[in-house]
Amino acid sequence: MATTVEVPESLTAGLVPDPMLPTPHRIQRVKQETDDTFTLELLPVDSTTRFSFAPGQFNMLYVFGVGEVPISISSNPDDAPVLKHTTRVVGTVTKAMRKLKRGDVIGIRGPFGTHWPVEEASSRDVVIIAGGIGLAPLRPALYRLMAERPRYHKIVLLYGTRTPEDMLYRHELEQWRGKFDLEIQVTVDRAASTWRGNVGVVSTMIPRAPFDPSNTLAMICGPEVMMRFTVMELLKRGVAAERIYLSSERNMKCGIGFCGHCQFGPTFVCKDGPVFAYSRIAPILGKSEV
Amino acid sequence: MIHTLEPILREHPFFQGMEERHIQLIAGCSMNVRFNAGDVIFHEGDPADQFYLIREGLVSVQFVIPHRGLTTITTYGNGEVLGWSWLFPPYRWHFDARAQQLTHALAFDGKCLRGKCDEDHDLGYEIYKRFMQIVTERLESTRLLLLDMYGDNR
Repeated sequence: MATTVEVPESLTAGLVPDPMLPTPHRIQRVKQETDDTFTLELLPVDSTTRFSFAPGQFNMLYVFGVGEVPISISSNPDDAPVLKHTTRVVGTVTKAMRKLKRGDVIGIRGPFGTHWPVEEASSRDVVIIAGGIGLAPLRPALYRLMAERPRYHKIVLLYGTRTPEDMLYRHELEQWRGKFDLEIQVTVDRAASTWRGNVGVVSTMIPRAPFDPSNTLAMICGPEVMMRFTVMELLKRGVAAERIYLSSERNMKCGIGFCGHCQFGPTFVCKDGPVFAYSRIAPILGKSEV
Repeated sequence: MIHTLEPILREHPFFQGMEERHIQLIAGCSMNVRFNAGDVIFHEGDPADQFYLIREGLVSVQFVIPHRGLTTITTYGNGEVLGWSWLFPPYRWHFDARAQQLTHALAFDGKCLRGKCDEDHDLGYEIYKRFMQIVTERLESTRLLLLDMYGDNR
């Protein structure tokens, strides 16, 4: 028998007036982040449009005449209604999206889904673990944490990418690294001998990362296999399962739990996720049948 | 005044739970070493007579790949173990190791330790058990890297 997963109210945000109606947004800037990844900066066409979101939520981006895709919001929540979406070129819609230019208009539905538990991290160490493009949905959480820095103890970002050239937000990472109150460790899967940083999978940095596991909240986003191994290392280190959160990815279509495309066991990722407490989805994570 | 390395070994996670007599035996085969950035710690094919516990710093394990040049396969940092070729015949390094930055480490004389393990099988079991754990973890990491998680086929 299927069981339901209740989502705490603290994890839901952003009531949408008409969730199926796209709001026109104009592209302010297209930024090539890496070889296959780019960021769209958007503003509502109607300047009176109000928009707010919580870190970790996503929007449905509609390229007119082509189709719609879910993309997490990667901008600073305090900068809304300015929106940034970072995505890889992986399918028909994102290929068409990459060809758009400043001044073009796309449709936005959202924000949808649950968000990172930034409030719950108060008075704790916070470890943020990102793999590849998984840094994009975590960036708003970092902005929020840094904006309210005194509320948190140590903040540690562990970031793994394929090569040094695949690093997202390099300039911003360098700026953040210059701050003494944020520890950033980057590792790559492979590198030429000129790379002076770490080489290896991101989960290998956990045993020696500077945080107190008994008082740490972890936020993870990346490929699912990376998140599973990362969770194992965090548990091994002593971080409580109920304080580990991860952002899941499924084939989201409607964004409001109607269509069922993103069903993940007893949950819909678009509505009950994408941010889940590990303790809630542990039994189904990594199951090939789910 | 002579300082022994026993207190450092006792505190290191690698030696956690090891009997005092074994710590003393191992300390007799160890010494403090320092490498400057760029120093080669060992070369592929050279005799593997030592292993290292990195106290502070970063070491790259590298390999020359035709048409790609010197490639870093992995790095080891604070608290990690460098080298297990000293444990298994033919006792030769399979890769190069180079300090990426100023690195302080404990160096262990592999020949000395192998001899002590032959004489005291309890010590040998403790050493091999710990290295097997490291080998297992590194095999797991290598498998994850082989998946190319962040690539197009993720």
